[in-house]
Amino acid sequence: MPRAVRSYLYQRHAFFVRVTHWINVVAFTLLLMSGLQIFNAHPHLYWGTSSYAGAPPLLSITARPGPAGEPVGVTTILGHEFTTTGVLGLSRDPDGRLARRGFPSWMTVPDTRWLAMGRRWHFFFAWVFVLNGLAYVACSIWSRHLRRDLLPAKGEWRTVGRSIVDHLLLRHPQGEAAKRYNVLQKLTYLIVIFGLLPLVMLMGFAMSPWLGSLWPGWVDLFGGRQSARTLHFVAAWLLVAFVLIHVFEVVISGVWNNLRSMITGRYRVRIEGSSDAH
Amino acid sequence: MRIDRRLLLTRRRLVQLLTGAGTALVAGCDAASRTAWFPKVLGVGEQLTRGAQHLLTSRRSMAQEFTEADLSPQFRSNGTSNPDNPVYQAHAATGFAEWALEVDGLVDSPAKFTLTELRALPARTQITRHDCVEGWSAIGKWTGVPFEEVLVRVRPSAAARFVVFHCADPMSSGERYYESIDMEDAYHPQTILAYALNDAVLPVANGAPIRLRVERQLGYKMAKYVMRIELVESYAHIGRGKGGYWEDRGYEWFAGI
Repeated sequence: MPRAVRSYLYQRHAFFVRVTHWINVVAFTLLLMSGLQIFNAHPHLYWGTSSYAGAPPLLSITARPGPAGEPVGVTTILGHEFTTTGVLGLSRDPDGRLARRGFPSWMTVPDTRWLAMGRRWHFFFAWVFVLNGLAYVACSIWSRHLRRDLLPAKGEWRTVGRSIVDHLLLRHPQGEAAKRYNVLQKLTYLIVIFGLLPLVMLMGFAMSPWLGSLWPGWVDLFGGRQSARTLHFVAAWLLVAFVLIHVFEVVISGVWNNLRSMITGRYRVRIEGSSDAH
Repeated sequence: MRIDRRLLLTRRRLVQLLTGAGTALVAGCDAASRTAWFPKVLGVGEQLTRGAQHLLTSRRSMAQEFTEADLSPQFRSNGTSNPDNPVYQAHAATGFAEWALEVDGLVDSPAKFTLTELRALPARTQITRHDCVEGWSAIGKWTGVPFEEVLVRVRPSAAARFVVFHCADPMSSGERYYESIDMEDAYHPQTILAYALNDAVLPVANGAPIRLRVERQLGYKMAKYVMRIELVESYAHIGRGKGGYWEDRGYEWFAGI
């Protein structure tokens, strides 16, 4: 028996949140894909200052001849080898030929092996990404979005455990509660905005030989240039993990309503009535 | 539990939408990369980077220097490891005894320096990190003449804006390697013409008889097998006009990132 539902449209996301969100989607996607192109030029990660300090790489994505002489894609993580033919180390070119390549062409910008162009895309969208991010943070502080919507309220900390259980059971805030970020969402956004994003940016800076001269030795605080390259890579994939979870949550909690609220700002709030007679 | 069929359909539609968007994105990016105008738009980022990095650092900010303990066991040879050039090979056979570095162009007194003469000039030793554009780093101990010592002897004219390094190594296209730096980097204390690596005579694999070190930039700026140095107002007439062998192939002239 249908229950009485009252609904209305609520202005959930401010204009600057929507604009910076979609610029961020484009910039992050292109940064990731051009970043993988750059990684492919030397598909190994190390810890320390140099790549030739004697220790084996932490990660290697290469190809080598298999038992019958045919090439095999091999990914080595912390000494553990995995056969990854078809995706990592050895994958098909856009024209269908098998080629040695760290990440496959469908994940890189440009799709062919082209380091110089990958760098152009990367450093252009790095500027877009950073300026957009700074604009978001500035507007968030100025409009009180940060204090009002992102920082957990005093009593909210005690509900973190319950919120984790709710997320695992795919239970989502309904009605009036859906107008605000939930506590786990707030904490995740804060970690991403003030933790992961500054880290990925700083580790990018740490790889620049020119910026190394800003204060000689600062790169060592992060373990050296090759460590910075590794941290840049790890932070980028943590951001990908965040995006995947974020998109999953968007899809299961009402994809069109969520999408509309990030485009026009309007979110339909449904309040289930209690007029049922049983 | 109530199954919302609209939602299932929506999810499938969303996956299709994302896959389609992804494929279109990759294809679109590749097509844009091959136009004449789009890479120029992307180049704005490089201009910003160069401007910002120069704004943040002083003209003589020093690249980090390391200790003997940090040295890479063997300094990797990248690119050319033995120039396929008969003139170079003849010099190498005699230990570069007859070789002389020519310095000319926009200078008041063009000069030639033998290896012995270069070694007799004041020297600087620095243990630095070499960062390749590909992503790897190696640490080496370089000894050589601060380039400033050469400049004060040839006396650059006021019109000189860039220093071009002409090298001995022919690349796969048949063109010889070359590179260029600006006067700011030319006078930088860590810019040296290195003739020794790790306390030994610079090996052919690493650029004998001399290789340029410009420590705040990437490896491709640090020309090996330098034969002639030319001071110019513009490098537009050299090679394909972008200031270096790799620059002519799309890499940035400013390699500080």
